[in-house]
Amino acid sequence: MSMTDKHKEVFREEASELLAELEGSLLELEETPQDADLIGRVFRAMHTIKGSGAMFGFDEIVSFTHEIETVFDLVRNGKATVTKELIDLTLEARDQIRAMLDAADGEPAGDKTKRVKLVAAFKKMAPASAKGSLDEKSKKTKKEEAESELITYRIRFRPVADIITRGINPLMFLSDLSEMGESTIVAQTCDIPLMTDLDPEMCYTYWDIILTTEFGIDAIKDVFIFVEDECELKIDVIDRLTGTDGEVSVKKVGEILAERGDISAESLQNVLNKQKRIGELLVEEGLVSSDQIQTALTEQKHIQGVRDKRQKVETDTSIRVASEKLDMLVNLVGELVTVQARLTQTAANNNNPELLLISEEVERLSAELRDNTMSIRMLPIGSTFSKFKRLVRDLSNELHKEIELTTDGAETELDKTVIDKLGDPMVHLIRNSIDHGIELPDEREAAGKPRRGNLHLSARHSGANVLIEIIDDGKGLDPDVIRAKAVEKGLISHDASLTDKEIFSLILLPGFSTAKTVTNVSGRGVGMDVVKKAIDSLRGSIEIESEKNIGTTITLKLPLTLAIIDGLLVNIEQDSFVLPLSAVQECIELTEKERAAAHGKNTVTVRGELVPYISLREQFDMAGQKPAIEQVVITEVNGMRVGFVVDHVIGEHQTVLKNLGRFYKEADGISGATILGNGSVALILDTQKLVESAEKREVAR
Amino acid sequence: MSVNGITETTQYLTFKLDEEIFSVDISKVREVLDFTTVTKVPQTPDFMRGVINLRGSVVPVVDLRLKFGMSRTEKTVNTCVIIVEINIEGEVTVLGALADSVQEVIDLEPDQIEPAPKIGTRLRTDFITGMGKRDNQFIMILDIDKIFSSEEIAVVQGASSGSGSE
Repeated sequence: MSMTDKHKEVFREEASELLAELEGSLLELEETPQDADLIGRVFRAMHTIKGSGAMFGFDEIVSFTHEIETVFDLVRNGKATVTKELIDLTLEARDQIRAMLDAADGEPAGDKTKRVKLVAAFKKMAPASAKGSLDEKSKKTKKEEAESELITYRIRFRPVADIITRGINPLMFLSDLSEMGESTIVAQTCDIPLMTDLDPEMCYTYWDIILTTEFGIDAIKDVFIFVEDECELKIDVIDRLTGTDGEVSVKKVGEILAERGDISAESLQNVLNKQKRIGELLVEEGLVSSDQIQTALTEQKHIQGVRDKRQKVETDTSIRVASEKLDMLVNLVGELVTVQARLTQTAANNNNPELLLISEEVERLSAELRDNTMSIRMLPIGSTFSKFKRLVRDLSNELHKEIELTTDGAETELDKTVIDKLGDPMVHLIRNSIDHGIELPDEREAAGKPRRGNLHLSARHSGANVLIEIIDDGKGLDPDVIRAKAVEKGLISHDASLTDKEIFSLILLPGFSTAKTVTNVSGRGVGMDVVKKAIDSLRGSIEIESEKNIGTTITLKLPLTLAIIDGLLVNIEQDSFVLPLSAVQECIELTEKERAAAHGKNTVTVRGELVPYISLREQFDMAGQKPAIEQVVITEVNGMRVGFVVDHVIGEHQTVLKNLGRFYKEADGISGATILGNGSVALILDTQKLVESAEKREVAR
Repeated sequence: MSVNGITETTQYLTFKLDEEIFSVDISKVREVLDFTTVTKVPQTPDFMRGVINLRGSVVPVVDLRLKFGMSRTEKTVNTCVIIVEINIEGEVTVLGALADSVQEVIDLEPDQIEPAPKIGTRLRTDFITGMGKRDNQFIMILDIDKIFSSEEIAVVQGASSGSGSE
């Protein structure tokens, strides 16, 4: 990837984030149109997109964004108000910017005529007379943000030589700066070559700006925000007017040179030592003492040190890391956990107390490392929720419904991979709720419900799982209709006796769509089975509850992470298997006597309760003789207690999940594999699938 | 007579299944391992022998003899697992193939390779890139991607066992 491509990539990433933020701000703004802070945020987002877009040659985006920015500047000035129309237009514009950004990736460039229309609409909102007020206003807000203390900064701005060819006029920044306060600008021309060597398109000049202003350092940095990577920028505080010590000292040429880095402090000292003239002269004149020079130098060093530290803290607070790198880290931690299991095993066998101690230490460390690494990948689900706000708004407009979206548990954290893969199925479910669930306002009124429908998204932790609920107060699912449809499609026989819950889960089967009319929103053949598949691939499950005219609740149960789970290691013959510990409730023994007492039924009595079991040995057609006393691992599957019969229960095992790959995609009842301490492979059982296939077998019999 | 697509000298790894010599393009081969314990995945076709631990990753192992309609590979001192990288629908997948013994790495010029005869090879012709001729002996060059293409897997998974040859 070339340098410019890399920059463009960064811009694209940033712009995507800004657009997401912009969307959120706009939707909030719709509810509180007076919120100056929100208006400011919208304006700034546009401003930044425009600015950085210009740098990387996204000219279309720049000119387009400019119009929107102008309108929002008017809004900021109180010369225009936030209307629904404006929000609508801006949201549409946002989508267009998005499309243009993607277009740079080689996709179709969005709808050009639409953009022209949008620009025209925005232009109408912003009369030409209002132009030019932009800078004035931005100055004002900046001023409001800043502290009132007057600070003098020294700013050295050294743009890269080819800055002009990138379409940036460096003088722009200088004039921006001079508007912030009293400034002295010195152009440093020493790098300009002779006329014969001069490339007129190159910028050889750099500038030193002494600026006294009441703005904070961030405001100054903001001026250069678009050229952050295109210039060397040094901002130093050289004087504070509200200094408490009252000692106002004017710095000397030598100090300033040193401070600016034109010469090093040592060389200054050397020069001062060698040709004492400057120092002597100054002392002679009574202007400064050698002590003062010395202290000034220490002070300079001190300030430098403090600043370095501060810069370090700033960069440390948050860094952007490619997710592949995180994936790699997780893989490595996974391997470490595997090796650690081996170490523990060896240590236990060797009976060497010293080794045991070390292995325990390593165990503790790797567990901590594992938890930390996992937590790096955890993201709050809120960002996904806020994406749906827009979806709900647009859909309800399109379908002429009034719907309010409420959320809770946005801070619930989930593995990034899970969140990424959750987006599409959630969109589908929300669309379904809006399209099929929530009725038109008039219908709702007639049914004695408030005109405004409610769609509620909630997320919460439940053990090693996260529960995500999508609740609407619409008309609910009609079990009779679903049943009739399922019979018609031949999915169930007409006399099958099913509970409501089972009937509802029929809509998850492929080829099932109850919508009478195909709308733009749903019913395009991509049914709930796709949702189910997506959730299955995350090792999650879907549960549907619904009551007619009250509403529907869809619960997604998802694992916290996809990489490592706690498992229960069991044995059948020589083969090892792992059951997810989260599902395991208890282990009991199964003796020959008990088997005989059940008269051939696969059930066992646990404290008076009858629990069916699945013999894995039989299910997997494994050879060999079963031991006299087998073990039953009792798990909870779909709210039902089911036992799995194995030869031996080994114990708890930290399981690093490994994919079995495409060759075993169809392997029934196995969700993956893991590597044990002795280097052999154990298979991870999918309890739900096992129960389902056992049920199918029963039915077939 | 030469085979389309083979224009330069290529190295091949030869191995034996039964008494027959086969070969694969060396660039497809990642390494050769001794045959150790394979963990069988229940309810899968016989020719899918199971999975092994390859330095922390789980890699499926296929019994080529069963895949080609011969008898099951029995473990001997010479039995090896050839780890190959195959390309299925643009995705690189790592896979182990069982061989009775691994022979050597040979160079074959394009003019040493002839198209496979339509009949008489015991194998489906589209599994074979060509026949390499060396010391008056013919070596079947396998198209390893083809053998494990997704349709192939799907077909065999539908059948009860791995007797997928003709």
